[in-house]
Amino acid sequence: MNMQKYLSFMLAGTLFLGLAGCGGGGAATVAGTNSAASGQEPKQAASLPAVELLNVSYDPTRELYESFNKSFAAHWKQTKGQDVTIKQSHGGSGKQSRSVIDGLEADVVTLALAYDIDALTAPGLIPANWQERLPDNSSPYTSTIVFLVRKGNPKQIKDWDDLVKPGVQVITPNPKTSGGARWNHLAAWGFALKKYGGDEAKASEFLKQLYKNVPVLDSGARGATTTFVERGIGDVLLAWENEAFLAVNELGKDKVEIVAPPTSILAEPPVAVVDKVVDKKGTREVAEAYLKYLYTEEGQKIAAENFYRPRLEAVAKQYEDKFPKIELFTIKDVAGDWKNAQEKHFADGALFDQIYQP
Amino acid sequence: MGKQRRVIPGFGLTLGYTVIYLSLLVLIPLGVLLLKTTSLSFEQFWQIATADRVLASYRVSFFSALSAALINSVFGLVVAWVLVRFSFPGKRVLDMLVDLPFALPTAVAGISLTAVFAQNGWIGQYLEAWGIKVAFTPLGVVVALIFIGIPFVVRTVQPVLAEIDKQVEEAAATLGASAWQTFRRVIFPQLFPALLTGFSLAFARSLGEYGSVVFISGNMPMKTEITPLIIMTKLEQFDYTGATAIATVMLAASFVLLLFINLLQWRCSKHQLPY
Amino acid sequence: MTTGNRKAKDRWVRAGLLLIAVLFLGIFLIVPLVAVFAKALEEGVSVYAAAVAESDALAAIKLTLLITGIVVPLNLIFGLAAGWCIAKFSFPGKSFLLTLIDLPFAVSPVISGLIFVLVFGAQGLLGPWLDQYNVKIIFAVPGIALATAFVTFPFVARELIPIMQSQGKEEEEAALTLGANGWKTFWRITIPNIKWGLLYGVILCSARAIGEFGAVSVVSGHIRGMTNTVPLHVEILYNEYQFVASFAVASILTLLAIATLIAKSIIEERSHVH
Repeated sequence: MNMQKYLSFMLAGTLFLGLAGCGGGGAATVAGTNSAASGQEPKQAASLPAVELLNVSYDPTRELYESFNKSFAAHWKQTKGQDVTIKQSHGGSGKQSRSVIDGLEADVVTLALAYDIDALTAPGLIPANWQERLPDNSSPYTSTIVFLVRKGNPKQIKDWDDLVKPGVQVITPNPKTSGGARWNHLAAWGFALKKYGGDEAKASEFLKQLYKNVPVLDSGARGATTTFVERGIGDVLLAWENEAFLAVNELGKDKVEIVAPPTSILAEPPVAVVDKVVDKKGTREVAEAYLKYLYTEEGQKIAAENFYRPRLEAVAKQYEDKFPKIELFTIKDVAGDWKNAQEKHFADGALFDQIYQP
Repeated sequence: MGKQRRVIPGFGLTLGYTVIYLSLLVLIPLGVLLLKTTSLSFEQFWQIATADRVLASYRVSFFSALSAALINSVFGLVVAWVLVRFSFPGKRVLDMLVDLPFALPTAVAGISLTAVFAQNGWIGQYLEAWGIKVAFTPLGVVVALIFIGIPFVVRTVQPVLAEIDKQVEEAAATLGASAWQTFRRVIFPQLFPALLTGFSLAFARSLGEYGSVVFISGNMPMKTEITPLIIMTKLEQFDYTGATAIATVMLAASFVLLLFINLLQWRCSKHQLPY
Repeated sequence: MTTGNRKAKDRWVRAGLLLIAVLFLGIFLIVPLVAVFAKALEEGVSVYAAAVAESDALAAIKLTLLITGIVVPLNLIFGLAAGWCIAKFSFPGKSFLLTLIDLPFAVSPVISGLIFVLVFGAQGLLGPWLDQYNVKIIFAVPGIALATAFVTFPFVARELIPIMQSQGKEEEEAALTLGANGWKTFWRITIPNIKWGLLYGVILCSARAIGEFGAVSVVSGHIRGMTNTVPLHVEILYNEYQFVASFAVASILTLLAIATLIAKSIIEERSHVH
């Protein structure tokens, strides 16, 4: 008799879920329109209704997009007479991509590596050929991996070789959770391949030695920078070039300095319009213009100002002195593509896991 | 049981509401997690749940949570004792602060603890001189979990201690029992269920803690990587089934633990209270 | 053993215990607490004030208050219902029900967020159906409220159940026998008896709701000025190397918590008159 009672309660509970879903939905819609309304407040009666974009990006681009968004909004207002507000979301690249897959309505994604945008093709958010839609593999700016060392470089760290020396502590984030750390890992791999004439066994051994020197694996690039600069742990930090510049400027010119290794990897952070979202929201035109603006002289200048290497020849010339000369190899040279790199290095049981196998 | 006449109304209403709310918010979402896990075959599940790195993370999570909860039981008892039995200046402030770990966002706690216990931090630099490293070692994980667990032991023991009849103690003392004997024979048995509850709550909470730990642990695979971080890692590699498989293991552990606690508590209280 | 001896020994034991307690709380609670304020005020009051009054910070505070306002009443009603049926009645499976109520508390925050993504996410169980009606749960207010409600689920109930159990049901039974109806009994007898426990539960629940990080982080989407709660905003600022601003906003949370705890202790003091 009691059992029956319980069962009916449970049943009622299940039925209720539907109702709760509807109730919650109502709240969601109201909240949505509210925030949209408060976000707009057009100063003058514009011919076109104001529009809002969401740019889902990775950690180190905050400063870049903060100034880029202002510039684009002014540009769009001038050419189209429409107000555009760009909302930003930042986080680890993999996490951000996962949020978009789970329904975060990003009009554009600007992530750390192509693998994280490739992941959006599986649920049909973007087509498989997304990377061909914009010039330069859809990467309007590039970066590379450099070393950040203590002021005066007391351990004399100049090249990747120096990282595996005994007594050198290397800080790099966990490549399983951090996009930047994957570039770090592949840069070291590329160096080792070159050094050992393509001998993968020796290159693996090199990486093993390198990770032996790593005392802390933060979950993200920003955490690693903090560990190195603020906590004073480690002799060298492997970092995005733009992160390294930012860290020096923001956290202390007197504490740390940048060392550019002779060779490193060409990191290409890609961008894409999320088709399914822009078609639903009707924002395709402005979203596409937003990304294209990254390739204009103005956009390229903003990228360079924020320590990303510009693609545009003219702008690159102008900011030539800003970036150290490094011989750059690409991911194609060292791993083929991201899918291969993932399978070989970062998937469960792949090289990175083997390194930490007891 | 159900046959006794009830004077008090509202049984159906309140139990119904309780069960429905519980189902909606807790049971059904958790059920979806289990459902997702069943998309794996048992071999696949076993392989994911017992991979070397995952096993190591269980060990880290389990032993850090256990040590933290044990430390909290001892010191939490002392704190509760001091707060109930002694009066001293600043007592109310201290009493209030015990609840702080509830209120402080775990991420803030993590950042703050790391700043304090790092080798250049306020406390860390002195420990460093003694050769003790806290931040970015297993000890760091324990420190974060101690912080998280403080209120549980204190707050479960405190009210029970306050209710214990002082006359019984005085009687024991008059009969010649030493302070230690009085504590062990008279007070401790009465406190034990509360202490056990506090311990297990602190333990259960620590097992799953994420925000404060990731900052201070250093996240080294096999050494300081906790199970929730493995789940997060799997998610960021778009490995949903892997993440849910490990989540299921953790969930089962929490559930068994809580069931055990509640049964134990129920038995203890049966022995003690005549009704 | 003479009483004098005993008293002297007692004093030493007392001093020792007090020292241990103060040291323990000092190292693990007070130093990290002071660190928050010290870092927040590192660059002076004006920087502190600017950080707190910044528009994204204000939006985050508003969102956090809204979420707390939704979640606490829900869990309060639940706590009362659960307390009533568990404390005043005996039925089979009670111990099991208690365990289930405790469950969210032991579930890792990461999992608490994950389950709602699995249910309401675009790839989740109800995702496609919700999408059809253009209903947003995850990465919007309802998702954040759900995750927060899950995490703070047991707090009021856990406070009320033991209190209501220890009070028994004699008073209610007496009132009912004397002809009062159920509601009247509840309001006149039960509520006054449990009000302090209730208040304590509400305070704990609010404090946790304000401070929840892990679960909310999974379902929020981190959109600046829209779906960032205060703890997430603290993390964002920290990641922007704005350490001072980060600790400044964190100190607001801490102050809020301390204020509620002070209120609680004052009210509790008054309640001990009886």
